[in-house]
Amino acid sequence: MDEPAFRRIARFVSPVDRGFAAVVYGGSALFAVLIVGLFIELVLGSWPSLRAFGPSFIWKSAWDPVASKFGALPMIYGTVVTSFIAILLASFVGIMAAVFLADFAPRWIAAPLSFLIELLAAVPSVVYGLWGLFVLAPLVRTTIGPVLQHLLGWTPLFAGPIYGVGLLTAGIILALMIVPTVTAISRDVIAAIPRDLREASMALGSTKWETATRVVLPAARVGIFGACVLGLGRALGETIAVTMVIGNRPEISASLFAPSYTLASVIANEFTEATSAVYISALIELGLILFVVSIVVNAVARLMIWSVRGSRA
Amino acid sequence: MIGTARLRRRRVSASLGAALTLLCALLAAGALLVILGYVVVQGIGAVNWAFLTQLPRPVGMTGGGVGNGILGTIIIIAIAAAMAIPLGLLTGIYLALFGRGTIPEALRFLSDVLSGVPSIAIGLFAYTVLVAPLKHFSAFSASFAFMMLMLPLLVRTSEQAIRSVPQTVREGALALGMSNFRATMRVVLPTARPAIITALLLAIARVTGETAPLLFTAFGSQFWETNPGRPMAVLALQVFNYAISPYANWQAQAWGGALLLIVAVLILSLGARYMLSQASRRLES
Amino acid sequence: MFGSLTRGCAALVIAAVMALPAAAATQLTGAGSSFDYPFFSKAFYVYSQKNPDVTVNYQSIGSGGGIAQFTAKNVDFGATDVPMNAQELQRAGQPVLQIPVALGGAAIAYNLPGVNATIKLTRQTLADIYLGKITKWNDPQIARANHGVKLPDTAIVVVHRSDGSGTSYIFTDFLSHVSGEWKSRVGVGKSVSWPAPSAVGAKGNEGVAGQIRSTPGAIGYVELAYVVENHMPAVTLQNSAGKWVACSEATVAAAAADKPHVSPTDFSIVDAPGANSYPVAGFSWVVVYKKPADSGRARMLYDVLSWLVSSAGQENAKSLDYVPLPRSIQASALSTLKQMQH
Repeated sequence: MDEPAFRRIARFVSPVDRGFAAVVYGGSALFAVLIVGLFIELVLGSWPSLRAFGPSFIWKSAWDPVASKFGALPMIYGTVVTSFIAILLASFVGIMAAVFLADFAPRWIAAPLSFLIELLAAVPSVVYGLWGLFVLAPLVRTTIGPVLQHLLGWTPLFAGPIYGVGLLTAGIILALMIVPTVTAISRDVIAAIPRDLREASMALGSTKWETATRVVLPAARVGIFGACVLGLGRALGETIAVTMVIGNRPEISASLFAPSYTLASVIANEFTEATSAVYISALIELGLILFVVSIVVNAVARLMIWSVRGSRA
Repeated sequence: MIGTARLRRRRVSASLGAALTLLCALLAAGALLVILGYVVVQGIGAVNWAFLTQLPRPVGMTGGGVGNGILGTIIIIAIAAAMAIPLGLLTGIYLALFGRGTIPEALRFLSDVLSGVPSIAIGLFAYTVLVAPLKHFSAFSASFAFMMLMLPLLVRTSEQAIRSVPQTVREGALALGMSNFRATMRVVLPTARPAIITALLLAIARVTGETAPLLFTAFGSQFWETNPGRPMAVLALQVFNYAISPYANWQAQAWGGALLLIVAVLILSLGARYMLSQASRRLES
Repeated sequence: MFGSLTRGCAALVIAAVMALPAAAATQLTGAGSSFDYPFFSKAFYVYSQKNPDVTVNYQSIGSGGGIAQFTAKNVDFGATDVPMNAQELQRAGQPVLQIPVALGGAAIAYNLPGVNATIKLTRQTLADIYLGKITKWNDPQIARANHGVKLPDTAIVVVHRSDGSGTSYIFTDFLSHVSGEWKSRVGVGKSVSWPAPSAVGAKGNEGVAGQIRSTPGAIGYVELAYVVENHMPAVTLQNSAGKWVACSEATVAAAAADKPHVSPTDFSIVDAPGANSYPVAGFSWVVVYKKPADSGRARMLYDVLSWLVSSAGQENAKSLDYVPLPRSIQASALSTLKQMQH
């Protein structure tokens, strides 16, 4: 659809076309202005906080609105831990599911299962939160938690009281939310690996499983890693579902059962009541951190996925 | 025969491996069914005509509904779509017509950036731009935030859809003497329509369940409201508030609201898929 | 093409609008304390039934939120359990009127399955629980006050507010009165750094009540209305006169009776001296601008608020387990309100 430049310009001679071109340019410019404006507003909004606390904002751990002392470390910790749990669970389940859908499943199973997994991505965040609060949290408190504590309670990760809400529950909910992303993209990446690679492996006597794990997955590893990183990007920014099950406590604790706070939840909980300029600005700075981190993560992910899929396009 | 034990072990681990992959796929698919099941079972009792059409009742009174939340959701999304469609289409047209080059690449980069921004950061933006200066919460600020969430999908899809219109169709229109404007509006866009509508349905499905930006834009309301300049009730926000409350009556309504949300989103997603399959069928013919 | 789509949308919206009763009523907006929320939701509903041309949209986002949104002039009035201090008043920029509108108590709710008797706690014990010094329900200090009750070996989960809360202010005010250690280590505030290691934060009184209900071993401070509404067990506290009192309308009224005049600078009624006084009680306030920007709205605001502090309005408080304002306070609230220029 790309035409040479001179033909393009030649099309826009009539007044109607010039008007049309102006509207198109204008619309695109407005689009760009909105996004750049978003970044600028976040920076402007965080300026008082940036000036007051500087880079130490990131490693200070006191979150004391009364004393106007703000440090983002507990929130960064909570965000990192929940996302890490989510990615751990979702990548294992997602990659295995993707292998099944791409290589093992007959067509009549693969299509409906893929469909169901993709629909999981459509479930609204607040519904996940509701289910997490009323079904998963009690389940963690009564069943999953005690079992884990029984088996692994000697590690600091699974020691301590089990409330039901906390890092682990939030991590599991996030895992459910990003599994469709990881599965769908991994499946596409795996399916894009040329058939001859598989056939060569089978011809050498490998079982399907060995082919999948020793030939196909390593070949697709960059794209799969990209899928996981993309899922990570989604997990980092998730707000409502996490707020409902994280326990809302700006504290760093070794135990996964402990309540915590994420960057997004603290903004959700405290923004409407931030009274002082520094408080509001500290919260906007958290938003800015979230913004920058998700851009970086998403960019890395897309680079990885394109490097595998792009060459097949 | 050398290595029969080894062969047997490999066969066993192959079967186990295959079983593991099946298990994971079932787990992922099963999770949806479990959540859906819970929402249906818990929510179906709460959904009735009164629930759909009445206002919320105050604390301590039974009954009431989410009628204003449903209306608010429709109004806010309608305004958001009305803003996002032209903006997304125009940007998509620009990208399709002026494919390569630094500016188009920059626009595509910005679109990708926007698609990765957490919705709460977009809510913050809407607050600083529309709520704080005007000094009141409004449904319009929520629509603004929703518009930004819908844009990347619309831009990307309209660009792809317009690009995939065969060159011959466009050339034919121009050969008939149409201006570029007319050619685009009357010929190219209608051809690209199914894909764009699909994208629109998916974008609407995405924002229907968004709650985070609403916290500091729409504010919520216990009353009927149609003026977008005022605070408005939104179903997703009501579900959130009811869910964290201690009243059993409200919690039951939270499940009911969740059921409505999930049904709406599923209908939109399935509708989009249907349109996609129709479109590809038409292309083949 | 898109014409049909937009036409369809427009038709839908128009149909929806026409199907509604005339939503031409003026809507006043307020935000803040979740302490007041049950009372406000009932009272404003009743008011709108009587005066269909005025509706009040109140959102419970915490006292801190109420003050912030009121200062930003995003809402017509704010509701807070602790009056605005000098710094907050200065930030508001304009003269502000603060009137007490509700009186309530923070009950100490708990969740201890298997224990039927009501738990009794001394004030010092409660402070030690929140300081994190007492971590189990069968601690000797608790057992001493509860003879004959078999206390389980459950860990205590302390629940507190995660948002800026006037209820937190009243509670920390009380703790500072009874524990010097609390006063120096933590202090009083809408949002403090809770020292107990085994603690969970929840949003709003609603969130705290919900969290307590779903967590065995939990204890937390919740407005009385929420506790009664949800039939939650609440602690019997020992007040400063040494008597054991449960949180109720009578005991909260007794606490208020000890201080017939309150003002925005002298409002604390925690740890009141009377024999029947409940120690964790407090007033809740509404803040309005002395000269609101729109005089029409100012008139309506004045009408609503003067009704709210009158006996008619306070009637709605009783049925929801708030305590109606004492007459003297009603009168002084009304006279403060009359300063409003409308």
